[in-house]
Amino acid sequence: MDKLICKCGHENPPGTVLCESCGRPLNEQEQNKQLADMRYEGTARRSQTYNKSIIDKIWNFFSSVKVGVGIIIVLLIAAALGTILPQKQYVPATTEADIEAYYTDIYGSVGTVYHALGFHDLYNSFWFIGLVGMLAISLIIASLDRFVPLYKSLKNQRVLRHSSFMHKQRILAEGPGDAETLKKAEEKLTDLKYKVSTDKNGLLAEKGRFSRWGPYVNHIGLIIFLFGVMLRMMPGFYVDETLWIREGETRAIPDAPGYVLESKGFTLETYTGEGEEEKFGEAIDRVGTVAKNYQTDVVLYKIPEGALPGDTADMEMVEEHAIRVNQPFKFDGYALYQMDFQQDELKTMSFALQNKETGESRGDLTIDLVNPETNYELEDGSVVELLGYYPDFSGFENGEPQTATPLPKNPGFLVKMTTPDTPDGETSFITIQNTVEPLGDNDYKLAFQGVETRDASGLTVRKDRTLPILGLGGLIFMIGVAQGMYFNHRRFWIQQQADGSILLAGHTNKNWFGLKKDLDQVTEHASLPAYRDQQEDMEAQEKREGEQLT
Amino acid sequence: MSTEKKRNKKKNRTIMRSVILLLLVAAIGYTIYNSVTADEVEVLKVGDPAPDFTLTDLDGETHKLSDYKGQGVFLNFWGTWCEPCIKEMPAMASQYEVYEDQGVQILAVNIAQSNFEVETFARQYGLNFPIVIDRDKSVMTAYNIRPLPTTMLVNPQGEIQRIVTGEMTEQDIAGFMEEIKPE
Repeated sequence: MDKLICKCGHENPPGTVLCESCGRPLNEQEQNKQLADMRYEGTARRSQTYNKSIIDKIWNFFSSVKVGVGIIIVLLIAAALGTILPQKQYVPATTEADIEAYYTDIYGSVGTVYHALGFHDLYNSFWFIGLVGMLAISLIIASLDRFVPLYKSLKNQRVLRHSSFMHKQRILAEGPGDAETLKKAEEKLTDLKYKVSTDKNGLLAEKGRFSRWGPYVNHIGLIIFLFGVMLRMMPGFYVDETLWIREGETRAIPDAPGYVLESKGFTLETYTGEGEEEKFGEAIDRVGTVAKNYQTDVVLYKIPEGALPGDTADMEMVEEHAIRVNQPFKFDGYALYQMDFQQDELKTMSFALQNKETGESRGDLTIDLVNPETNYELEDGSVVELLGYYPDFSGFENGEPQTATPLPKNPGFLVKMTTPDTPDGETSFITIQNTVEPLGDNDYKLAFQGVETRDASGLTVRKDRTLPILGLGGLIFMIGVAQGMYFNHRRFWIQQQADGSILLAGHTNKNWFGLKKDLDQVTEHASLPAYRDQQEDMEAQEKREGEQLT
Repeated sequence: MSTEKKRNKKKNRTIMRSVILLLLVAAIGYTIYNSVTADEVEVLKVGDPAPDFTLTDLDGETHKLSDYKGQGVFLNFWGTWCEPCIKEMPAMASQYEVYEDQGVQILAVNIAQSNFEVETFARQYGLNFPIVIDRDKSVMTAYNIRPLPTTMLVNPQGEIQRIVTGEMTEQDIAGFMEEIKPE
């Protein structure tokens, strides 16, 4: 296609509807219109003018606002479908195979399809990310295709527009004027903060052009936001892990290389309803207990630079800290949140070595369930030897006691008790409810005395280096919205023709009421001819015609 | 406007559009690739260098992974509560007898259990290879171990040759040791 050369001599890009410079209509269709389409200043959306190569076709596809809206609708529907069954992190299964089986078992064939299509982990499914990516492409290309021609057109506009352009504007005034009219109009328009430029017998007054860039600024914000979300998938930018740590334990912090955490203790405080807290008494009576504080006291250590995992000998204490709900422990870009707890897990168990018949005790022993010892020596040479320890006893397999987990939930002990009375020793298998004497009846038993417990804290490890980017994206988005919504691009063109009569046209991208208010003031000051709103005239006429028909 | 100028402009336009589209598609592709691979072992992949570590065994001896460079290392993560771990231990022990002299080292990394439990277990099953205890789970974290048992096969160059999750038969174990044994 060739450039369109207007009668005024300006070269317009192919597809242009209104000359960038003088505003003459450049095709017949536009010539026949009563009002000019000023949306993009009559410029061609570039995409529609070149449609030859495959690249152009792809480009044009994404340039379409309809396609963009279509993608948004598909995304909305997908996100809605993703809420119908639970997402995979809320499913009581950990391995991929178990998760898949869970959807089939619980929801039948619907669950199978749901899982197969990736709805169970929607935000990480490749097609969902692909769609969001397509939306990003659409935002960028559609904006480029509209912004560049609009920018050029507004840059190239000249003061003196062709009378056909003037007559097709919504606000139009024609009538007599005198030698002072233009000067006075300029005076008042400058007063109203318009930027006025003059040329020969005419002037152009313009205000708030930057408002036209609002939608594009807005889109830049969105693109930055999406970029931030994309970064979350890159290693090192985003961490969201759970760390269970028990009182007294020292654990490496997941996804925080080099950092080790020790739990000094977990505290759960409730309101007592006494003293200063008396005012809560009523509420406490009604609901039982009310939590006041969940707190884990921790010590953070750092493994020195260059030391290897497992090498805890030289680790340095960084800080002691109390992690409370909503008061995370922040260090080096990480934050540890108090999220969950588990109270009263077994820590130690105490027994007395007793003669079954007499009930006479040969002394007490305490077994540390986290780190048991082998021999427990009592008074007068009695010894209890631990032969086997099963922290979460779950039954026998081939005569061997089994443990289901490494946590002391249901400890089982295989012990050998030796006393001066029974120098050969007696074997016993002890669990909380039950004692088994596998090698015949014993004279002695371990009588349960008591337990000590400890609490476990569920902490969330979080790192998010993308927050500043998301914040910036959001801010730019809002600036764009404000720019486009709260400011208008207003323009007046005034020409004094050879016979002294005045031709005035006005345009704004929104808020015609505001434009008219400005014009009222100018009209009064410069005694301009009265203006009319051509669109209102047309609507009124259509209404009249409609009434005549009925 | 001359035809040549016009042709140039068209060429520029195609190049410009191709570059923009290519960049965007590359960004999306990379994001999808990252999200898909993140589900599996997050940090480690076959071919990556095996993260070095140092842990102490039941006899108080220190084992540093990098000290075994030049040998194949059969790195097995386990716990006494894990049934398949227990089942594969005797098979590992008998294959160790075959492959120890051929330069394959077994390191069994126990996940944060007590000395007593691990010692009793080792004695009971007559385990002949070094067992180290990862007390603060830092090696487990560095290797991003999720299910037990997981076995990392480290070749003589110190790279991860294969990642095995779940129980192995004696035949599997022999095959894996063959894979990582030095030439």
